Amino acid sequence: MQFHLDQRSGLPMYLQIVQQVKEALRLGLLDIGDQLPTVREVVAELAINPNTVAKAYRELEREGLVDARQGRGTFVSSTLIASSLEHHESLRRALLAWLAEAQRAGLDAESIHALVSRTLREALDRRAA
Amino acid sequence: MSALLDTSALGKRYRRTWALRDCTLTIPEPSIVGIAGPNGAGKSTLLGLAVGLLEPTEGAVTVCGRDPRRDPAALADIGYVAQGAPLYRGFTVGEMLDFARISNPRWDQPLATELLARSSSATQVSALSPGERAHLALALALGKRPALLLLDEPFARLDPLASRELLRLLMEGAAEIGSAVVVATRVLTDIERVCERVVLLGHGHVGLDGTVEELLASHRLLTGARRPLGRIRGVEEIVRERSSGRQLTLLVRTNGPVADPTWSVEQIGLEELLLAYMAPEELPSPQPPEPSRLRWHG
Repeated sequence: MQFHLDQRSGLPMYLQIVQQVKEALRLGLLDIGDQLPTVREVVAELAINPNTVAKAYRELEREGLVDARQGRGTFVSSTLIASSLEHHESLRRALLAWLAEAQRAGLDAESIHALVSRTLREALDRRAA
Repeated sequence: MSALLDTSALGKRYRRTWALRDCTLTIPEPSIVGIAGPNGAGKSTLLGLAVGLLEPTEGAVTVCGRDPRRDPAALADIGYVAQGAPLYRGFTVGEMLDFARISNPRWDQPLATELLARSSSATQVSALSPGERAHLALALALGKRPALLLLDEPFARLDPLASRELLRLLMEGAAEIGSAVVVATRVLTDIERVCERVVLLGHGHVGLDGTVEELLASHRLLTGARRPLGRIRGVEEIVRERSSGRQLTLLVRTNGPVADPTWSVEQIGLEELLLAYMAPEELPSPQPPEPSRLRWHG
């Protein structure tokens, strides 16, 4: 798989890599047993710090999604397809209810968007800290 | 294990001027460290002291526990590319490689050859473009497999494409060797995407030192209505204050979340953060002219 980074997204780069791997796991683009690109391959492609890639892979390992095998590389050990889809519908309903409440409170689409992205960023910040 | 680079109260004086003073830094493990600061801040002096080219006026510096001026063995651990990537202009690329192989005990010929795969070894150094020359100088420094790699303004004369290529080579080398990399640069944007820690020098002193994550997490930009400033919950220190019309913008160092709804709280980028620390007093907030006092000159 190939990673792409957005330096202006405000999201730390290692989390961007984590999210892209998860996205690929959700979409079924990566399956159990597949190998992630080596640290050096990612570094050579994106010109980023090797520690950033290592940190992302450690985080994925901590979440039980990949296995690092000494000297061989990092391999997918779990998939996200089922677990995420089954929750989508109930989360979507909760979100619709929240959106209706936000509209009643007088927020327009732009304010809602700003509030959501700010809160998401702060939540991710806290998780990263 | 001793630190890769360690300086304590390090200072260098030229006649009456201190180029660097009271500089205490430790790089305990392999990481990418940016030394930022304007011209004359002491960046090159710090690198020159670390590589043993300069004698400290006071304090001490060690690389992997050894004094680079007293212990020649220390030099094998240090890779250094000076400003402008100076090389022997009359040599060919191949002769530069031979020279490096003979003069470095831990020389890694396969690595250097791999990193230089795209250059022809028959090319004369004087015929290389600035980007190719920077590439060669960096590959030669990496071929030593140093524990500590020091680069002085490596991107200064390069166009954006050549800069990115050089950064790619630097990161590939760092991944392969596992060395600490110290990059002195005026333009931090060149290395922002790879930098884990930033040391800001100003007038020969360390003005700021921290991991990029810490620095970004602990600073916020507050915007709100102009008002007399009291204590703001969550704010440790106001770094810069600017006002324009009825609006007040503060760059603050925080010690907790700023939840006061009368301030809009934004994150700040690394470059803007460093600029604010570089010259808080040299960037006065523009005072809006009051109409009654407006005067025409000329």
